[in-house]
Amino acid sequence: MARPPRVRRSRGRDPLGLRRALSDRLLPALVAAMALLAALALAGAQGAAELTARWEAGAAAAVTVQLPPAAASGGRLERALAALEALPEVAEARVMSEAQMQALLRPWLGEAPAVALPLVIELRLAELPASPDELAGRIAAAVPGGVVESHGVWVARLVALARSLQTVALAALVLVAGIAAAVVAVAVRAGIAARRAAIALLHDMGATDTDIAGRFAGRAGLLVGTGALLGTLLAAPVLAGFADLAAPLLGQVPAGSVAGLPWGSVPWAALALLPLLGAALGWLTAQVTVRRWLRRLP
Amino acid sequence: MVRFDDVGLRYGSGPAPEVLRDVSFVLPQGSFHWLLGPSGAGKSSLLGLMHLALRPSRGEVEVLGQPLSRLRRGALPGLRRRIGVVYQDFRLLPHLTVFDNVALPMRIAGRAEAQLRADVGEMLRWTGLDAKAGALPATLSGGEQQRVALARAVVMRPALLVADEPTGNLDGVQARRVLALLREMHRLGTTVVVATHAEGLVAEHPAPALRMEEGRLVAHG
Repeated sequence: MARPPRVRRSRGRDPLGLRRALSDRLLPALVAAMALLAALALAGAQGAAELTARWEAGAAAAVTVQLPPAAASGGRLERALAALEALPEVAEARVMSEAQMQALLRPWLGEAPAVALPLVIELRLAELPASPDELAGRIAAAVPGGVVESHGVWVARLVALARSLQTVALAALVLVAGIAAAVVAVAVRAGIAARRAAIALLHDMGATDTDIAGRFAGRAGLLVGTGALLGTLLAAPVLAGFADLAAPLLGQVPAGSVAGLPWGSVPWAALALLPLLGAALGWLTAQVTVRRWLRRLP
Repeated sequence: MVRFDDVGLRYGSGPAPEVLRDVSFVLPQGSFHWLLGPSGAGKSSLLGLMHLALRPSRGEVEVLGQPLSRLRRGALPGLRRRIGVVYQDFRLLPHLTVFDNVALPMRIAGRAEAQLRADVGEMLRWTGLDAKAGALPATLSGGEQQRVALARAVVMRPALLVADEPTGNLDGVQARRVLALLREMHRLGTTVVVATHAEGLVAEHPAPALRMEEGRLVAHG
């Protein structure tokens, strides 16, 4: 029996010629740019979330009530503590110890202050109030003669700002994903237009919608995943640089050099997901686009 | 078997006139038929219905024992794999080699590469193209391209083979060679329908004919 011929079949598994119809340059380059934006948005959302948590924790212990030294006698301090703990917004009311007070005031008053120190009650709030001014008023009403210091007002505003930034960053992420899907859909439609005759031929030969859509989806998934990987790799040093610039906000010292960049601050786990999510987005968009087009065939 | 029962075909969904009207006939399994008629008579539309590239606007088409009106869309690919089609313009994929063009229906059907190589090699020898297996279609003559298209159409051993003007772009020698291959498929048991303008070829190979005029079947036999 004669041996079957040995022939070049390098493109036999790409009958639609998608390696040319879906270019391996333009689409990955566009997706890489969008992945870079997505990575920035993702890191921005994560950074804003961290700032929110940090500021919220700071604000939770940031309300104090001062009472005159005489309040230590006559049960006034105990009544004040009971009144404060009865407020629903207050998780814990605690009198600051004399040792803590002296430690705090030592830079100004020295080791043995000659003046009588006020009593200070620290309040840990269950959650940040919607209206810090209103809460301050209610605390003052609960403890007559007390002086309420509530710098949680501006902290709450910062937290609201950070939350807004987080929301905007997540919205930007969704927007980038939507644009990426639109770009993939346009590229796939151009590929369909370029390979219309070949698709019709395969369809006439008995190719299923799953087969044809799967060929486009596999190619689109590969290109988008590759582009997203490139964009993510570009984003990593940019994010490390931003983290270094933001170091003072977190009470850290900026490195100022490439070698000292805070690589540990880069959200590696989230970044690692980007190429996978990008590939999945490309695959799914191509599937939907091709299957919708194929429905017009008998 | 192919059966048309009072079939009408209209393109689009508007009030366009029917391109096929009241067409009824039966082609027994294993028969050879010519499909004759002037340009615009509806031959290509009739063949399109036979190889499931079109669906009738009315009436019933039955192909290989399957009435199309009762078939879900998802069942059509399986039926299409039992039908071979030869086009006047060949419709070879230009970026694939001769081998890969012929292998295409087998790959679509999910055949194993080992089996595929043997079957495609046999088809290429049958059509006299084994020396051209690695060539791209653009390097072949018209006759060679049509033989590649024929090899592709029959590599799955179809039960029904339809050819739309398969010799329309070929010279007399190449046309006779392609026709001989079609007749051989008929001898092997395949139902063959060949649309043509070439009255000379029809005279050389007498067989039953369907004759179309203005979308109607005017003669059968």
